[in-house]
Amino acid sequence: MAAGRNRGLALTLKDGRPVANNQLPVSTDRMNGVAVSALPSATPWRRTALARWAPLVGGGALLFLIAPNVLDDFRLGLLAKFLAFAIVAIGLDLLWGYTGMLSLGHGVFFGIGAYCWAMYLKLEAVRGAGEALPDFMIWSGLKDLPLFWRPFASPLFAAGAAVVAPMAVAAVLGYLVCRSRITGVYFSLITQALAMILTILIVGQQPYTGGTNGITNFSTMLGLPLQDVRTQWFLYLITAAVLAGVYLSSRLLVGSRFGQLLLAVRDDENRVRFCGYNVTTVKVLVFALSAGLAGLAGALFVPQVGIISPAMLGIVPSIEMVIWVAVGGRGTLAGAVVGALLVNAAKSGLSESFPDTWQYVLGALFVGVVVLFPAGVVGTLPTLLARRREAAAGQEMAARPGRGPADPGDLPPVPGHSGVAGVAPGPGTRGGRAGAEA
Amino acid sequence: MSVGSILLLVSLGLAFSFGLMGVINMAHGELIMVGAYCAYVSQVTLAHLWGGVAPGIYFPVALVLAFVSAGAVGLLLEVLLIRRLYGRPLDTLLATWGVALMLQQLARSLFGAPNVQVISPAWLTGGLRLTPALSLPYSRLFILGLAVACLGAIYVYLYRSVAGRRLRAAMQNRDMAACLGVATRRVDATTFALGSGLAGIAGCALALLGPVGPSLGTYYIVDAFMVVVLGGVGQLPGTILAALAIGGFNTAFEFGSTASLGKVIVFALVIAFLQWRPAGIVAWRSR
Repeated sequence: MAAGRNRGLALTLKDGRPVANNQLPVSTDRMNGVAVSALPSATPWRRTALARWAPLVGGGALLFLIAPNVLDDFRLGLLAKFLAFAIVAIGLDLLWGYTGMLSLGHGVFFGIGAYCWAMYLKLEAVRGAGEALPDFMIWSGLKDLPLFWRPFASPLFAAGAAVVAPMAVAAVLGYLVCRSRITGVYFSLITQALAMILTILIVGQQPYTGGTNGITNFSTMLGLPLQDVRTQWFLYLITAAVLAGVYLSSRLLVGSRFGQLLLAVRDDENRVRFCGYNVTTVKVLVFALSAGLAGLAGALFVPQVGIISPAMLGIVPSIEMVIWVAVGGRGTLAGAVVGALLVNAAKSGLSESFPDTWQYVLGALFVGVVVLFPAGVVGTLPTLLARRREAAAGQEMAARPGRGPADPGDLPPVPGHSGVAGVAPGPGTRGGRAGAEA
Repeated sequence: MSVGSILLLVSLGLAFSFGLMGVINMAHGELIMVGAYCAYVSQVTLAHLWGGVAPGIYFPVALVLAFVSAGAVGLLLEVLLIRRLYGRPLDTLLATWGVALMLQQLARSLFGAPNVQVISPAWLTGGLRLTPALSLPYSRLFILGLAVACLGAIYVYLYRSVAGRRLRAAMQNRDMAACLGVATRRVDATTFALGSGLAGIAGCALALLGPVGPSLGTYYIVDAFMVVVLGGVGQLPGTILAALAIGGFNTAFEFGSTASLGKVIVFALVIAFLQWRPAGIVAWRSR
């Protein structure tokens, strides 16, 4: 695979795509640094600037040039959905892979963004049909449009709210949780509770939210009919462009000093605190950012599928988002994207042919990725490839005896490797809650 | 009070695996489900043997069966999976969630997706009439009693038995305990199996109250984890207090407002409480 990418890179570079080489300083090296440093005789081509940009340019070409021309409308629609999920995955990876905070409630932020945009779409549909109120409000016996629905008639407000509202929720919850130094699994459990609460709330407030059915029956978006193939095309391109933008800016962020700070917080929160940084601020910022990305993805998702319901944002979807990142490889941004695409493609492929097996496969994925491949696809593949090359060259293998590729202990120390971030310097496994020791 | 006792029963098992061992077991809900299906299976089997209606004795049989089978599943889980993941709590969380998904699907394949109904034995139907308006159903009283009995058994096991003393030693200072000849691996496995067995008992009790389905455990698991977070780690009194508090507040707010708002308020209260005491009601002290 690496070799193929390498060849593809030469082509795309000849195309004359502008490659801003200096925009990404040390960052990418440091990003892959874990994998590289774990392999003393690492492949030299990875270090070159060319190689660094190869997957990126190749991926971009695939996304913008090849996919729209090769895939039929249905598959392209699916891919557009997966790309929206990939945006969530990037946000989640920033939070989990880089900062070590595992959120099990990202469906909430995705859902808030989706609901904000769905409210706008619904109001436009209602106006287009010449009705006074959304259908579910009429069924529930509401006479007037609720006050908080009114501003959503403006697409500008709705788009803003789709990003800002999740960020605000995350900032408030994040501040309260991080301030009292609740970390590790406790953070995960609280975010999971948030996912449950929001689902219950939406289901319970039927007149205002559409209850279990969610919000659906849209007609147009900004005047464009949603059923139209061209509109879906347009949505695909927008989603791909947003994903590209999010990916590039996340890379910049990860390479910046702030990105270094995130890694430091993940690896030893207390030490960062003792160095004089305000860990709470860092964590709240990255949590809000991550939530904003999820909200953005939700807003892109809704017009593609034409419905949003509580079933798409509860506990189960939220934790599925985590597995995208885990499969792809936490702590690498490319891994988040690859994981989201892979898992969702597998899901739709398997559910089409064998609906019953999907849950077994998903369960096995969770177990397998944690026990066998904690570095994920992006983290593991280069290691395996490099090792095979080494074996072929017959070098140095004697110097590292007794190691097989399937041995999890042999994988490079995974960024965001769970416990490390959560465990406070306390006895045994009873860490994760610095407050208890303080 | 009754909601609290159910929650207590559900969280007692968690207090073992999470509270004592620091293992996040997301499959705990599914162990509860295993227990509930045990009640169903024993009812159906005994009814078949007796020809028609299951005798009242089926329920104690089910309790034992549930404890044993959920414990066995837990033991398997510990030996095969969790043992490899000590010290990696977030990974444990994900892996056990995977197990939970598989167990759910297994239940769906074995028993079908629709819920099954467990009929309460005759001696648990009806209720204790206090006043004409207020009557306490026997099944709820029984669950309360069961929770108290489990609590007593746990107390005796932890503080009055050799095994419990070993357990506490291993949990407080694993290396030291190992030096002194405690087989800490075996202690881990036993503790986890016991916690799982308690989940099975809780599932049996839940089968009395409502229909049994593959997703039974998921309803309770989040609340149960909130109990443990609120109660503080490693201490039984905290767990008990937190279970009663969350159960009580849930019921109180559901009366006061709607069910959905009640949940939101309870969640807000838990967060607020953690502002005041981040380590939970009863904090684990360490030096």
